[in-house]
Amino acid sequence: MTQITPELVDQHDLTAEEYDRILKLLGREPSLTELGIFSVMWSEHCSYKSSRTHLKRLPTEGAKVLQGPGENAGVVDLGGGWACVFKIESHNHPSFVEPFQGAATGVGGILRDIFTMGARPIAVLDSLRFGPVAAPQAGPRPGEPSVDLAQNRRIARGVVSGIAHYGNCFGVPTLGGEAVFDPCYQNNPLVNVFALGVARTDDLFFAKAEGTGNPVIYVGAKTGRDGIHGASLLASAEFSGEDGQQKRPNVQVGDPFLEKQLMEACLEAMQSEAMIGIQDMGAAGLTCSTCEMGGHSGMGIQVDLEKVPQRELNMTPYDVMLSESQERMLLVARRGQEQEVFTIFAKWGLDAVEIGTVIDEPILRVLDRGAVVAEIPNGALTDDAPVYERPWAPRPRSVPLDPPTPLPRRSGAQLGRDMLHLLADPDIASKHWIYEQYDSMVRTNTAIGPGGDAALIRLKETGQSLAMAVDGNGRYCYLDPRRGARLAVAEAARNVSVTGATPIGATNCLNFGNPEKPSILWQFGEVIDGITDACNVLSIPITGGNVSFYNETGGRAIYPTPVLGVVGLLEKSGRSVRAGFDQARRSVVLLGGVLTCREQFSVSFGSSQYARSVLGSLWGLPPWIDLELEKRVQACCRKLIQEGLVESAHDLSDGGLAVGLAECCLAHDRGAIITLNFDEEPLRLLFAEDPSRIVVSMRHDSLPEADKIISEYNIRADEIGVTEGSSLKIAQRGEILFELPIPAIRSAFDGALETAVESIVDSKVDSKKVPS
Amino acid sequence: MKFGVVVFPGSNCDHDAFYAVQNALGQQAAFLWHQSADLEGSDVVILPGGFSYGDYLRTGALARFAPIMQRVAKFALHGGLVLGICNGFQVLLEAGLLKGAMLHNRNLKFVCRQVHIRVENADTPFTNALRPGQVLQIPVAHHGGNYFADQATMDTLLRRRQIVFRYSTPDGELSDEANPNGSLHHIAGLSNRMGNVMGMMPHPERACEALLGSTDGRYIFQSAIRAATGAYSKPKPAAVATHR
Repeated sequence: MTQITPELVDQHDLTAEEYDRILKLLGREPSLTELGIFSVMWSEHCSYKSSRTHLKRLPTEGAKVLQGPGENAGVVDLGGGWACVFKIESHNHPSFVEPFQGAATGVGGILRDIFTMGARPIAVLDSLRFGPVAAPQAGPRPGEPSVDLAQNRRIARGVVSGIAHYGNCFGVPTLGGEAVFDPCYQNNPLVNVFALGVARTDDLFFAKAEGTGNPVIYVGAKTGRDGIHGASLLASAEFSGEDGQQKRPNVQVGDPFLEKQLMEACLEAMQSEAMIGIQDMGAAGLTCSTCEMGGHSGMGIQVDLEKVPQRELNMTPYDVMLSESQERMLLVARRGQEQEVFTIFAKWGLDAVEIGTVIDEPILRVLDRGAVVAEIPNGALTDDAPVYERPWAPRPRSVPLDPPTPLPRRSGAQLGRDMLHLLADPDIASKHWIYEQYDSMVRTNTAIGPGGDAALIRLKETGQSLAMAVDGNGRYCYLDPRRGARLAVAEAARNVSVTGATPIGATNCLNFGNPEKPSILWQFGEVIDGITDACNVLSIPITGGNVSFYNETGGRAIYPTPVLGVVGLLEKSGRSVRAGFDQARRSVVLLGGVLTCREQFSVSFGSSQYARSVLGSLWGLPPWIDLELEKRVQACCRKLIQEGLVESAHDLSDGGLAVGLAECCLAHDRGAIITLNFDEEPLRLLFAEDPSRIVVSMRHDSLPEADKIISEYNIRADEIGVTEGSSLKIAQRGEILFELPIPAIRSAFDGALETAVESIVDSKVDSKKVPS
Repeated sequence: MKFGVVVFPGSNCDHDAFYAVQNALGQQAAFLWHQSADLEGSDVVILPGGFSYGDYLRTGALARFAPIMQRVAKFALHGGLVLGICNGFQVLLEAGLLKGAMLHNRNLKFVCRQVHIRVENADTPFTNALRPGQVLQIPVAHHGGNYFADQATMDTLLRRRQIVFRYSTPDGELSDEANPNGSLHHIAGLSNRMGNVMGMMPHPERACEALLGSTDGRYIFQSAIRAATGAYSKPKPAAVATHR
């Protein structure tokens, strides 16, 4: 037996204290296999040891919540015996190490989480963050790393094609999401994937292992050495400079075809009476699924590794237990009926092998050729895993509150040019280069696909529709994590509301640096509180999610980046609208008012897209948000849609009113004449990112009735113009600021991202030499 | 009137085709398992879109060996109506039921978006409810839709009017910009010599409800219904005259 040395413990990323805890829980020295099992189960990724005490603060309850955090995915009741199942997960580090397979297996993992619950996945959204792919106008800010455009483009191309590869082949529509480019993500891209499925409430499945003697069945792909220590080494540690290359063998390789077969077989098997419980083998593979299934039911599982289908020779128990090979599931069936399960899997051309049994001791027992190679109480791996109250301390501000130079006075013509510049920034520009690589229409439910505020799909099963959006803003959270988190929740919910749907639940993906650093943990705690504030006011429960720590490379952390996925329900008879101006000669009305942020403009403007893209600068605080107002604005917008009074609704966010209006005009090549009768700075009117604002268009004769509703909700609404012509004309008081023809707007907006990402000029922004 | 939808391992538009013919067009539909040799009395067989056998080796290359394909080939030989959509088109090419081959898209990327296609031949079992030159809006979603054939084959296809659809602008103009994948002669849909087998890259099953953005796909299924029920019987003399 291998002697467990302090070096070995350290290599497994366990501390001396944690090892002592293992000795106490086992009452003896662990075997190497057991040490490996503890190391993955106690990794940050699996145990949430640094985040658990904070996550408890999130509001997770609601009348419609059927399953909150703790299962593979959250479940919200849709009524009529149906439920939706959804969750978001990160695959950040693997996507940096190997962009294509890292992103692909990220999709595969979240899809398994959904169909493990008995729900067929019917929608995917992606929230992506990369380093810059276009040279910034203003060059890197002081203290920022030099920008490696070629690397960032390679990662972006790889990630997008990996997502496309997996989702398209599997047959789930990828309906949109977001893509953001910032130097802080250069060596640590974020790939967060949201997936949603629907199931009958009665058909939901859970990770149960009941009935002593019942067979434990392994199904799906064979086990290889891929992904060993993926959870502990990739997802739970910082990267140093060269690690990206060295860690490549830890990234798994996905097979979406196999996963599609696996889903069909699992869903079919679940319809038989033979199945009791099911758990996917994701992070920590066979280890995690066996101890969790046992643990959930107060039972144990005994497995015999000899029986595990293997595709490599001479795999040790350690390898088999820790492998993260993809597309594998563990089932518990009823003894005597297991043949039904085998028959179904054979029909779909898949391995299904009995590898063990349910036992009535609460332990995980692993046999290999007759010998016990691991025997661990389930509790030691789950409930008794360490939980840390790590120290936290506010992060000292490293950016000033006030603008480094006085805000510029811009002429109308300059403002028009600024607008085109913003529209061509990859953050704002059309993402069609990304989403056209995704099949967004398979399953024929897509009512609103990519490119809008939220996606909207109909449910053939119930006649209802579901809207969904993912949003985050790392820059806001960097400047003030709590405010930023509130804004992220508000924006995701607003995106859902502008379709006409009512938010019913949310999932969050929390991307942060190293939680052992007090300032990072402070950011995390602040974000949790911000999400809690907003979810409480907006009555949106968090039904689950994922924490991704250690998003640091070379000691440089990403911006704290919580990504919120919000799901909304539209009943069968409900109306929905799209973002763009649909008709000419309609009144353009701004719900919420022009100014909703009480923060001093010169301070909040430092967090805006304008400050970043046009001024190349960062200062101040994110906009302040009145959550009560936000709630009323969203409710009012939904009411106006349901009453059939508005024909389009678009949320204002990055780039402010001017960019939002341009987006409304582009959808149907419909111009607008906008008159802003306010005495504010034009810069503020056009580009400030005050929250709680929605641009709607409506027939002129609908205005009186709409006004009644607007006053019922006690919000401000200003009629700011009319849809007309083939250009966007914006005037302040009587004076025209600028007029941009729609084709000019389109040429800035449409091709910018593609041009940037597909550019093959291999350049670093700080390098003086341009390759010839 | 019954549509049979073949299910290969990895087909993922099978349910969509089934739903379109059953719910949007009110016809009977049945799934036909790849290992079966029974078309279950189908009047029209649909080879649906998706990634049969994971696109391993080449798109459609493995599906042609599925047991059901022998039965489908025999059915086609006797004049049975066979519609291959997207991956189904690729399978028809690999099976030799249609001429030519698919290359990867011109930009080597998957492409999913609404496109316009122009009716080149309204005298087929799948287009008889349409007018020549009519433009339809139907989405594409594929990685390998860049149709290719050698010059001799292409000459024959043109002479025999086997090109059924071409990618075009909304106004019916042919252009490289309107062609999403670089296919030769902007070919979007192709039939066999008899016209009873047609493959097309765009997905008509995704264009059968206003909710999805277009109902133009219905014309194709309606044409097949007319053909299978005898409302449209034979190619008109002009088309027949080209047969040798």
